[in-house]
Amino acid sequence: MATKIRHLHRHHTSPVSESRTVQVIAIFLCLLFMALFLILPLWSVFIEAFAKGVGAYFSALANKDAQSAIRLTLLVAAVAVPLNVVFGVCASWAIAKFEFKGKALLITLIDLPFSVSPIISGMVYVLLFGAGSFLGPWLKSYGIEVLFALPGIILATIFVTFPFVARELIPLMQDQGTGDEEAALSLGANGWQTFWRVTVPNIRWGLLYGVLLCNARAMGEFGAVAVVSGRIRGQTTTIPLQVEILYNEYNGAAAFALASLLAMLALLTLVLKSFLEWRFGDELAATGRH
Amino acid sequence: MQVRIANVRKEFDRFPALHDVSLDINSGELIALLGPSGSGKTTLLRLIAGLEMPTAGKVFFGDIDASEKTVQERNIGFVFQHYALFRHMTILENVSFGLSVRPRATRPPAGEIRRRALELLDLVQLSGLEKRYPNQLSGGQRQRVALARALAIEPGVLLLDEPFGALDAQVRRELRKWLREMHDRTGHTTVFVTHDQEEALELADRLCVMSQGKIEQVGSPDTVYDQPTSPFVFGFIGESSELPVTVENGELWSGGRAIGVPAPDSKTGEARLFFRPHDVELVEHDASLAGVVTSSRRVGGTRRVELEIGGEGHKVEIDLPFDHPAGEKTRLAFRPKRWRLF
Repeated sequence: MATKIRHLHRHHTSPVSESRTVQVIAIFLCLLFMALFLILPLWSVFIEAFAKGVGAYFSALANKDAQSAIRLTLLVAAVAVPLNVVFGVCASWAIAKFEFKGKALLITLIDLPFSVSPIISGMVYVLLFGAGSFLGPWLKSYGIEVLFALPGIILATIFVTFPFVARELIPLMQDQGTGDEEAALSLGANGWQTFWRVTVPNIRWGLLYGVLLCNARAMGEFGAVAVVSGRIRGQTTTIPLQVEILYNEYNGAAAFALASLLAMLALLTLVLKSFLEWRFGDELAATGRH
Repeated sequence: MQVRIANVRKEFDRFPALHDVSLDINSGELIALLGPSGSGKTTLLRLIAGLEMPTAGKVFFGDIDASEKTVQERNIGFVFQHYALFRHMTILENVSFGLSVRPRATRPPAGEIRRRALELLDLVQLSGLEKRYPNQLSGGQRQRVALARALAIEPGVLLLDEPFGALDAQVRRELRKWLREMHDRTGHTTVFVTHDQEEALELADRLCVMSQGKIEQVGSPDTVYDQPTSPFVFGFIGESSELPVTVENGELWSGGRAIGVPAPDSKTGEARLFFRPHDVELVEHDASLAGVVTSSRRVGGTRRVELEIGGEGHKVEIDLPFDHPAGEKTRLAFRPKRWRLF
C-alpha cells in the first residue's frame, strides 16, 4: 500500500523537479542569504536612525544642511530625469523605427555609462570643465561655474542615469514595430498626433518603469557626484554626500536618519516597480497576442 | 476611384523590389494582387497607399498625380495583416480615430463622429462591442474592426494587406464571403494582397499575378485559371503537371511516340506541356501518355496518383475517381483534355 502511494505521488511530480528536501534547503539558503545581505542592513539603517529616539530623528532631518541636501537632491533629479526621458524617447524612437548608419554604435554608446566606473564619469567632467581645461575658464569668464556647483552635479547625474529610460524603451518599441504608427498616418493623423495618441500610450508603462529606475539612481548616485561636487556643506552636497560627511564626523544617528530617506525611496521604487511589472508584463503579453 | 500605376520601379538599398510595373485599377472593382512571398505585391500595395515612395514612375488617383502626396493626403483606407488596432483605445475609439484627428475645420462634431462609428460597427456586425478593447476580441472580429476603422474616413480606395493571413481556415472562409458582400454593398475600389490563390480566385473581380517584382498576368479569375500566359502562372494558380514534349506534324510526341493530342497551331520543336491533374481522361487503346503509378494518395473526393512517364524519370500527377482500383506499379494510360504548351 505504501509503495503504491509513493508511486502515485511520484507519478504526479514533474520529472524536472527536485525532491522535497532539496527544495526546502534551496529555498532556506536563499532566504538566509537575502536576510543576511539585504534585509538586515536595511533594517539596521532604520534601527540606527531611530537610535536616539524619534525626536532626534526629526531634528536631524530638520537640520539646515540636511534640508539643503534634500532640496539639492530633488532639484538634480527634477532636471536630470526629464532630460533623460526626452533623450531616451528620442533615442529609442530612432533606433526602433528607423534604419540608419551607426545604429549599432548608438546602441553601444547608450550602454557606456553602465560599463564605466562612476568615478571615471565624474573625472570626465573635471577634465572638461576644470581649471586646467579649455571650457572651464572660458565659461567662468562669463560667470558660469560648472565644477563644484549645481551644473556639474546635474551633468554627472545625467551621464550616470543616461541609459535607464532608453534601455527600457528600445526593446519595447522594437517589439511593437511601426504598424500602429502606419495605421494612424493612413487614417490621416499627422506626426504629432500619431506620437501623442498612438506611440506614447503604447509605451507609457515601460516609460514609467524607466523613469522610476532613472529617478532612484539620480537621487542615490554617489561616486560621480562626489567627484564634481566639491562637497561644500549646505551648497553642493546631495543626500548621499551629506550622509557620508555626517558619518565621517561620527554623527551616526543623523547620518542614518538621512540614509533612511534613501532607503525609503528604494523601498517605494521596489513596490512601484513590482506593481508596474505586474501591469506592464500583462501589456507586453497582450502585444504578443495581437 | 480609378487608380493607375504607371511604370513604377521600387528599389530598397539598390535591391529592386518592383521592376517597371504598370496596372490600371477600375473604379469600384475588387482586384487581388497575387503572388508568392518576395513577388513585390505588398510593396506595390504600400506604394499605392503612400507608405512607400516609388524610385521611379507615378501613381494616379483618377486624373490626379498622387505620387508626391503623403499617405495622409491620399485618403486611402489601409487594413493591415496584423490589424494594427490601437490597443489602448476601445473599439469605438479605434473606429472614430480617423475622424477625430481631422483639423477642426473639417472635423465633424463629437456626436456625429460617434454616430458614424456606431453605424460602421453595425455594418461590420459588431454592434454592442464598442466598449471592448482589441485584446478582448477574436482575430476575425479584430479584422472587422480594422475594416470599419479604415472605412470611417470614407476612403477613395480600400487597400488590404493579406487581410486574412493571420486567421484560421474556418474564419478565413467566412470573412472572405463577408468581404465580398461588403464590397458589393459599399462599392469601394478595393485592392487586396494575398498569396492564397484560392482566396484570390473566389473573391476578386480581377487577379494581378505577380512574380519577382513583375506582373505576370492580369485578368478575370476564369481567364487566369483557364488561359495562363506563362508557366509560372500555370503552376501558381491551381494544381499543375508538367512534361517535356515534342511538336511534330501537328501532334504532340513524348518518348518517340505520338500521344494522341493534336496541336495544329503549335510551333514544331521542343516544348513543355502543362495540364491540370483533374483535366485528363483515361484511355484504353488509342495513342496516349502511359506511365507507371509510383504513389497514390486520397485528396478530398478524388485519388491523386503520381505517374512515371517513359524511362527518363519524368513524373506527372493525375486525378482518378477515389474508388479507382489503381495501386502501385499499375500501368495507366491517359490524355490531357485541356493543356497548354510553353
